[in-house]
Amino acid sequence: MFEWLTIFSGPVGDIATAVIAVIVGPIATFAFYMLLNWLVNLLPAKAGNILRPYVFIGPVLALIGSMLVYPTVGTVIAAFKNEDGSEWVGIRNFLKLFKDPNFGSTVFNNFEWVAIVPIVTVALGIMIATLTDRLGAVRERVFKSIIFMPMAISFVAASAIWRLTYSWTGGGQQEVGMLNAIVTAFGGQPVSWMQEDAGTLNNILIMVVVIWANAGFAMTLLSAAIKAVPEETVEAASIDGANAWQVFWRVILPQIRVTAVSVFITVLISTMKIFDVIWGMTGGNFHTNVLGVDFFLEYFVYNNEGKASAVVVILMLAIIPIMIYQVRTYRKQEELR
Amino acid sequence: MSRQVTFMTRLKAFKPGTTLVMLFVVAVWALPTVGLLVTAFRPQAASVESGWWTAIFDPMHQDWTLKAFSQVFNSDWNLGSGFMSTLAISIPATILPITFAAFAAYGFTFLEFRGREFWFSMIIALMVVPMQAAIVAVLKMFMAIDELLLMIPGNEYGDLHLSGEYPAAWIVHSAFAMPLAVYILRNYMMTLPHALIEAARIDGATHFQIFWRLIIPMSVPALASFAIFQFLWVWNDYFVAYMFAGNHPVMTYSILSMLGQHGEGWQLVMAGCLVSVLVPLTVFFGLQRYFVRGLTAGSVK
Repeated sequence: MFEWLTIFSGPVGDIATAVIAVIVGPIATFAFYMLLNWLVNLLPAKAGNILRPYVFIGPVLALIGSMLVYPTVGTVIAAFKNEDGSEWVGIRNFLKLFKDPNFGSTVFNNFEWVAIVPIVTVALGIMIATLTDRLGAVRERVFKSIIFMPMAISFVAASAIWRLTYSWTGGGQQEVGMLNAIVTAFGGQPVSWMQEDAGTLNNILIMVVVIWANAGFAMTLLSAAIKAVPEETVEAASIDGANAWQVFWRVILPQIRVTAVSVFITVLISTMKIFDVIWGMTGGNFHTNVLGVDFFLEYFVYNNEGKASAVVVILMLAIIPIMIYQVRTYRKQEELR
Repeated sequence: MSRQVTFMTRLKAFKPGTTLVMLFVVAVWALPTVGLLVTAFRPQAASVESGWWTAIFDPMHQDWTLKAFSQVFNSDWNLGSGFMSTLAISIPATILPITFAAFAAYGFTFLEFRGREFWFSMIIALMVVPMQAAIVAVLKMFMAIDELLLMIPGNEYGDLHLSGEYPAAWIVHSAFAMPLAVYILRNYMMTLPHALIEAARIDGATHFQIFWRLIIPMSVPALASFAIFQFLWVWNDYFVAYMFAGNHPVMTYSILSMLGQHGEGWQLVMAGCLVSVLVPLTVFFGLQRYFVRGLTAGSVK
């Protein structure tokens, strides 16, 4: 009866699916909201007025509740169960993780990522925004576009691009990776960068990829903030004899602080749950594992649902303070409106 | 003398020092991507024997070829099908969440009701929940739905199912985009003139009419910028597509498999990457203005 559904496999099916979804999806969605609205209008006026807001926000709350809140609770519960979720095991998953020396290295890597990537991204963003702001319009636009471009590239493609850059041939042959070509040009020995974990060098090289991808985002927001700094404040400071350096630290920086913090938080959150880049660069090998990758390995490679969930619970515990901070910031903003 | 002075002033105004520093930064930023562009057009032997920059220094004596492209589109890698799958996931997964989020943003902005603050705070909090937190349970939920679908008469073989198919990816992408979408659209709608909406109410317009005739047309800039953002995100995604729409391998999946095949040479992976970045780069440079405006409007993710 449903055999006809197989027409949706294959390239023709892909196009058909997309076209149908694009046309039917919005119409069906709108009809659905119309129906809800109509049902609420059938109710007595008083009940209708109470329920009407939920015509607008109800579907989203239902989607978020069923696809985000309920599953997250489910993950917390699964963290206390065994491999396939059939038995309770108490805190055994967590004990196993903490006894595993590799997990220690995973957590350490996460700390390193969080300590380095957000701050460097914001600092680079401020630097590039400040420098390009001083240049002519054409140079500013061209430079910014080039630095912004990696944002449009997937982390998977970015991994491929940087694996070529970091590639290692060895054996006396010509190096095709740019980094090793530079090293050998200066008389050094080529290095297998992705396997080089001395001083967590491979970790730092993967961080470079993420900073490369995110700097444009930071630059764009910070550049808008810098342009919004009132000219008078800068002029007044110059007249009072402040040099460019002092103007930057004492006048501009305090006025872009809010933006800088929000960019920092944004990058911080994405860094904590980082997955694609490391998966593409090393697969988490050579001591480059992080929680986001460890979850994937535990679940899809080792088929251990309980342990995978325990990894996520640890990640969530780390994220809760940021969550509280976000809600508080929002409340403060609302009071100012 | 005076000509020299003007030259010096103009040189100073040109800021050669800053320009040089920025040229260096831009070079570092662009070089890996230039490597992608060059390598994709080199023959296999050259890509493993010499660095791509050697081809730039001697462009006339290279065997430039499109062979890598014909290779990625052939039956081994089937990138054409990957391209279609990526498209079939991305377009609905962009349009659907925006439609839903627009309704909710209207509710949160223009309707007064109890619990509004509570629900909105919850949405803010959920913006930071990592996707990994929900994956396991959502996969299970979809499998349970498939079990239920088996009970439909005529579906004993499970032809009608959710796991591994496009709708599963649409639902998951929509759900995960929702908190940020609602937040950005609501922030934008807060800036629209409330007096106008009240005037329409007094004239007897229903909330539905106001939403459709007034708010949606006025919110086009915010809707457009979020659409670009979401489209880039979904197009470039690997995680959700792999886990929820696994029956339709997307391009990021193909590229990762190409990366695993070391013997094929770099030109293959790079040709695959080039095909996969064409659409996002076009969208990006074509609509950069809107995208930047949107980023600077609602700047928390």
